[in-house]
Amino acid sequence: MRLLEYQGKELFDQYGIRIPRSHLANTIQEAKEGGRKLGYPLVLKSQLTVGGRGKAGAIVRCKSEAELEPKFNELLHKEVKGELPRGILLEEMADIKKELYLSLFLNRSKRCYSLISSAEGGVEIESAGSKVVVDVPIDGLTPQTAEDTASKLGLSGKTIVSFVDFTTKLSRLVGEKEAELAEINPVAILGDGSLMALDAKVIIDDNAMFRHPELKKYEHISELEKQAEISGFSLVELDGNIAIIGNGAGLVMSTLDMVSDAGGTAGAFLDFGGRATTETIYEALKVISKIGKVETILVNLFGGIVRTNLVAQAILDAYKNNLITVPVFARISGAESEKAREMLNGSKAKLYNTVEEAIVAAVAAVNK
Amino acid sequence: MTTVEKSFNIFDILVGNKGDKDFGKKPVVIQGITGSYGSTHTRLMKAYGTNVAAGVTPGKGGQNFEGTPVYDTMGEAVKATGAQISGIFVPAPFFLKAATEALDAGIKLLVAIPEHVAIRDSIKVLEHAKRKGAKMVGPNTPGVIVPEVMKVGIMPAQPFKAGSTVVFSRSGTLMYEVSYNLSNKGYGQKLCLGIGGDPINGTNLIEAFDLIRDRNDVDSVVVVGEIGGDAEEQLAEYIMRTSFNKPVIAYIAGRAAPKEKRMGHAGAIVYGNYGSAESKVANYAKANVPVAKRPAEVPELLAKKLRK
Repeated sequence: MRLLEYQGKELFDQYGIRIPRSHLANTIQEAKEGGRKLGYPLVLKSQLTVGGRGKAGAIVRCKSEAELEPKFNELLHKEVKGELPRGILLEEMADIKKELYLSLFLNRSKRCYSLISSAEGGVEIESAGSKVVVDVPIDGLTPQTAEDTASKLGLSGKTIVSFVDFTTKLSRLVGEKEAELAEINPVAILGDGSLMALDAKVIIDDNAMFRHPELKKYEHISELEKQAEISGFSLVELDGNIAIIGNGAGLVMSTLDMVSDAGGTAGAFLDFGGRATTETIYEALKVISKIGKVETILVNLFGGIVRTNLVAQAILDAYKNNLITVPVFARISGAESEKAREMLNGSKAKLYNTVEEAIVAAVAAVNK
Repeated sequence: MTTVEKSFNIFDILVGNKGDKDFGKKPVVIQGITGSYGSTHTRLMKAYGTNVAAGVTPGKGGQNFEGTPVYDTMGEAVKATGAQISGIFVPAPFFLKAATEALDAGIKLLVAIPEHVAIRDSIKVLEHAKRKGAKMVGPNTPGVIVPEVMKVGIMPAQPFKAGSTVVFSRSGTLMYEVSYNLSNKGYGQKLCLGIGGDPINGTNLIEAFDLIRDRNDVDSVVVVGEIGGDAEEQLAEYIMRTSFNKPVIAYIAGRAAPKEKRMGHAGAIVYGNYGSAESKVANYAKANVPVAKRPAEVPELLAKKLRK
């Protein structure tokens, strides 16, 4: 789960990591109230889960209350990479002397965390010059390692003490909240040498949420995703018009690649997991039926123990109940496929022997 | 970089040596045997030839599941059977406890089936396994199969045939699909092992390669990868650094997936270039590993490599 900036900053605040004074607003009334509380000038920051807000113009300065209303309203309705903000964060302008980059992320191949820091903050870390990377065990960052890192970054005096305090608190947060990533870009070195988190990108391990009821309030999923989740499906909505359904994340990804190679574009990725029963397939079709842009459905099922006729039955039921009207192109490797083929005869669904054939037919159907 | 101790021989643990009296009949304990998932697959494993010697479900000790004795604890099950292998079928929130208990009871190979295990729990189990000299496959894996001998996991039997290639896969269904394509073209498998779809894998690709690199009865390796993380990049570097000398063919799923979206598997997500298919393909190219465009192309590429 990727937290919004203000949510990440709420966690920072709980752990004693300094953040600017701020106010979250969803309406212009709330924004004006925030402006009165914080004073001007201030910064308006669109609350989005996608990156590149700065470049997209979703972070703007606001000098006075007169500027607030037009700027706030513009941001509130500004889409970035197809996403509308979930609120605008008003923030005081910090007295920034210098900016750093800081992140703690789960290093998959090393099976521990990595602390990445750079004396060049505010730019994408890929392009930052001097990076300091150290391994951090899951028990947390030691003050000694933090101090060594501060020296390598060229920090001095009070800032070293602040850096040790700041990073060990961040490490405690990452450990206790089971985050996969906590990135602060930039961290501001203030006039007095202390540190402040100007941004927050925190990703919590979804699979650890059962231990964190306190984070439940940050969950934000669409009705459709909720329905998929209840059924035990993985659903990703995409931009195209071909919905891809299959059993297994890898298989569905593989199908997506082949659709793209064949000149088609996927509109949905749905992995319904291990149970290929009539009910599961019917439920999967129900989820897909709610996605308006879908013009055709591609089913790729590989199981060995899948009974093809059960899948065919689900498709027929979905047509009969007017759940779906679009054509279905299916590759189902399993038992009873001749029977399934007969069952689907005369319907808008067709069974193919290979996934390649099913894809060619599906792409031809939407591109004609 | 860590590599598996060379002394860990997964074939010894799983099946033993051909000619041994108990070849392919090593005792296996199933944790969560009475659950719906555990019971279904215990039945299928037994039908395939696996010696499921015991099961564990706390509170159901003394019962039996279709002739297999059920114990309350792993300690009792291991004492009664001498098992070194455990197949874990418990729900993810109970995984840490089940795996820890298995390791403490002396299990040497954990096959961790559950999906949705928290990363922290996986790391804790791995650290514990290291202390105990044990290994884990998974979590979020279909398991391991020695075709036509035995299997510990949830994979169907049909796609697999005995032979001399090995399949390592980060995806379950793609392991079946690719193995099925290989079997159809006459490339049977010595071992198929599901690495798992999580960010943290008990046995990662490099460690998996270490398991077979010195075996004369393995003539080639097929690696089924997907977007997310840098396992393929690390593997490519390992192949070059250690002069791995068996033919390797790769497949990577997720070329067309959008960035920053989790594609079904917890581990299948691209951040920037980290985890992207382009990065993996580029690194494999450096290591002279051909990457198939689709699962059906894997046997074609393997045939070419083996002919050379």
